[in-house]
Amino acid sequence: MNEVILHHQFDNGLTLVAQPMPWLESAAFSIAVPAGFRYDPEERLGLANFVCEMVQRGAGKRNSRQWVEALDSLGVDYTSSASLYNTNFGGAMQHAQLLDALTIYADVLRRPMLPADQLDDGRMVCLQEIAALGDDLAQRALIRLRANYYGSTDGRISEGSYESVAAITIDEIREFHHTHYRPNEMIIAVAGKLEFDEVRGHVGELFADWDAQPVSEVTSGDSKHGYDHIEHPSEQTHIAIAYPGVPYSHDDYYLNRGAVGVLSGGMSSRLFTEVREKRGLCYTVFASCHTLLNTAAVLCYSGTTNDRAQETLNVILDELQRLSDGITEDELRRLKVQIRSGMVMQQESCRSRAGSIAGDWFHLGHVRPLDEVNERINSLTVSAINEYLVQHPPGNFDVVTLGPQPLEFQHGLSTAQA
Amino acid sequence: MDYRQHRLDNGLEILAECNPQAYTSAFGYFVKAGARDESNEIGGVSHFLEHMVFKGTPNRSAAQVNLELDEMGSSSNARTSEESTIYYASVLPEFQTPVVDLLSDIMRPSLREEDFETEKQVIIEEIKMYDDQPPYGGYERIMSEFFGQHPMGQSVLGTVDTVSALTPEQMMDYFRMRYSPSNICLAAAGNIDFDQLVADAERSCGQWQAFDAPRITPPANYQTGFVTLHRPQAQQQYILQMSPGVPTEDDLRYAVGVLISTLGDDSGSRFYWEFLDSGLAESAGMGSYDYHGCGAIMTYICCSPQEAQNNLERLAALQQKVVAEGITQKELDLAKRKIASNIVLASERTGTRMFSVGAQWLAQQRFKTVSEIAEIYESLTLKDVNDALGALDFSKSMTVVVGPRDDLKL
Repeated sequence: MNEVILHHQFDNGLTLVAQPMPWLESAAFSIAVPAGFRYDPEERLGLANFVCEMVQRGAGKRNSRQWVEALDSLGVDYTSSASLYNTNFGGAMQHAQLLDALTIYADVLRRPMLPADQLDDGRMVCLQEIAALGDDLAQRALIRLRANYYGSTDGRISEGSYESVAAITIDEIREFHHTHYRPNEMIIAVAGKLEFDEVRGHVGELFADWDAQPVSEVTSGDSKHGYDHIEHPSEQTHIAIAYPGVPYSHDDYYLNRGAVGVLSGGMSSRLFTEVREKRGLCYTVFASCHTLLNTAAVLCYSGTTNDRAQETLNVILDELQRLSDGITEDELRRLKVQIRSGMVMQQESCRSRAGSIAGDWFHLGHVRPLDEVNERINSLTVSAINEYLVQHPPGNFDVVTLGPQPLEFQHGLSTAQA
Repeated sequence: MDYRQHRLDNGLEILAECNPQAYTSAFGYFVKAGARDESNEIGGVSHFLEHMVFKGTPNRSAAQVNLELDEMGSSSNARTSEESTIYYASVLPEFQTPVVDLLSDIMRPSLREEDFETEKQVIIEEIKMYDDQPPYGGYERIMSEFFGQHPMGQSVLGTVDTVSALTPEQMMDYFRMRYSPSNICLAAAGNIDFDQLVADAERSCGQWQAFDAPRITPPANYQTGFVTLHRPQAQQQYILQMSPGVPTEDDLRYAVGVLISTLGDDSGSRFYWEFLDSGLAESAGMGSYDYHGCGAIMTYICCSPQEAQNNLERLAALQQKVVAEGITQKELDLAKRKIASNIVLASERTGTRMFSVGAQWLAQQRFKTVSEIAEIYESLTLKDVNDALGALDFSKSMTVVVGPRDDLKL
């Protein structure tokens, strides 16, 4: 597979990164604006998400309805969301429409109307999102876990609270847009059937005259460690566990990724085998690598009917601790072929490639070519992973459960506190 | 792109969309066996059987099945609906023969007692998991209320009681009624060596014995009504509504699909402007679902409890308006653009193409290419789409509301 990654940095700090995929008929973009919800003031949580909603309610010469019609008439399948660091806008379409779609998004980023008469509708959308989270019990457990583990800024969610979103004014929205929607540190990733020179010229026309803005600093802290329980009259007890992981940019990332893959990489992985296949304790169980810029976690989840939840928790914790006894050659061999296969499958989709190369650029300042990823995976050895696990045995677990009753810990776990 | 077809002597159909440019290959067994083929007594058996298929054969233990799927780096899974059970895997092309061997082998499962009892617990956990998730059993309830005694009203998951009572013998009896090779298609897409595929299937499946496996397709007697599932601890209100649609066999479903997309799509549709842009609902959509011999239009709205009555009234008004006036040329043009774009995006995923090949066989035993389907949508006129309204009847609806409100009404 012929993977070509091209990039260009404009004078104002905007980065364009591209992967031409000439075998496709489609193209996709993924824009990361450095306006994440880490910039939300403490009493205005949910602001970045609200701004993300509002910039799409009319921009440039198009009002809200004309804007949606313009994207629909290009056949753009579009998404948006606020994350901790960035507000992200993405779209996929037939390749001939890519430049026109980027033109529409230049208006969104630079010339949104932010109409005061749409503020209440936009607020309603944001409040609905908060309400919907209330009914997602697995997410509620994981949200509390991330808040405890990462602390006040890094552990936030994009949605904020009813009170904070209710208080946001149109002036605060305009101010947030003015301060944080800026070309420096912004990434535009494109993938699919495209001519790089043409895209670079077009993006230059759209964005090169946009002036860089100063960047403000953000700190995070106040993490809480130990056990936390959310009482809820549910059928299942939802169990969420975190322990320290490795950031994507760190040299040890793939060692930890390999170990987590053995826990939860496929149908023969340890958690699936021990919790579900052998004991029938749950339908869902997984562990995954969650990475921020400078910190990271391994997050695990399972949901089990209440009278069997204690056994599920015990089995998962046993498996996490058993990991430091080491993994086997067979496990690593299976993991390697799975990762290789997953990388090839990703090459079928320009949407997933655009998202990946934007993410790589954000975390690494460059794109890690798939050949290099492949090389890193292939060079993993059992002894290197086991050495890593001896140095960094899974432990210091932070646990959140949601259900009618709290669970118990055989080896003790303190109540969550700062 | 090369479209190939072959039928084994025992009736097993092999269909493939071969694309030598593709980097991956996807394979799936599509079985015409689903909840609608079950009696009440064995409710949930199709889905439970789907789980048991991965639990081993005379040649492989359950653990071996999982190990081999992982050793090929496959992305594999299965799904069960009211009408079908599908087993599938995507792999790199070099694994074509081993993955077809494995998928074929597990299609003749052992149903060992010990595995059966353990997996029964997993199914019960799955049922309980959905009990905690929106819309809290609302989908199963509206299917059973809308279809009444018709087989389509049968729940895919079954209940804790029916699943607990199932025995391996009952499951084997069901298997012997539905899993005839004449009732199964092996669908493939991507970088496929078709001659090799036929040879592999012949070797693995050629000895399967065929038998009659007819499906009962009585005419639907759609029910109307309004049902409240009071769930005080839910934070949001969930509204589900079904009304008569068109069956799989009717090519009118293409026009109905376009019509419903202008009404209930997630971007730029009438639902979008009525419910989503205004923030009156967290999610709102309308879809067309076609089944053998019957069909349904289904609406789903999730909103705050205080907006629920207002939204029910807005839904009724929206339906009355489209019935009275039809849709506009502009709406049709936008819907066609979106569908054309979606067809291109979907056609680039090998797994999606495999599903399209298999789903078309399930629906009509025939196969249309991507460009033939695109052409059907492109050729639809405003008259075609507005005429399709005549096949629907929003006034004959069943509504189920789930959540903290117990005072809603149509």
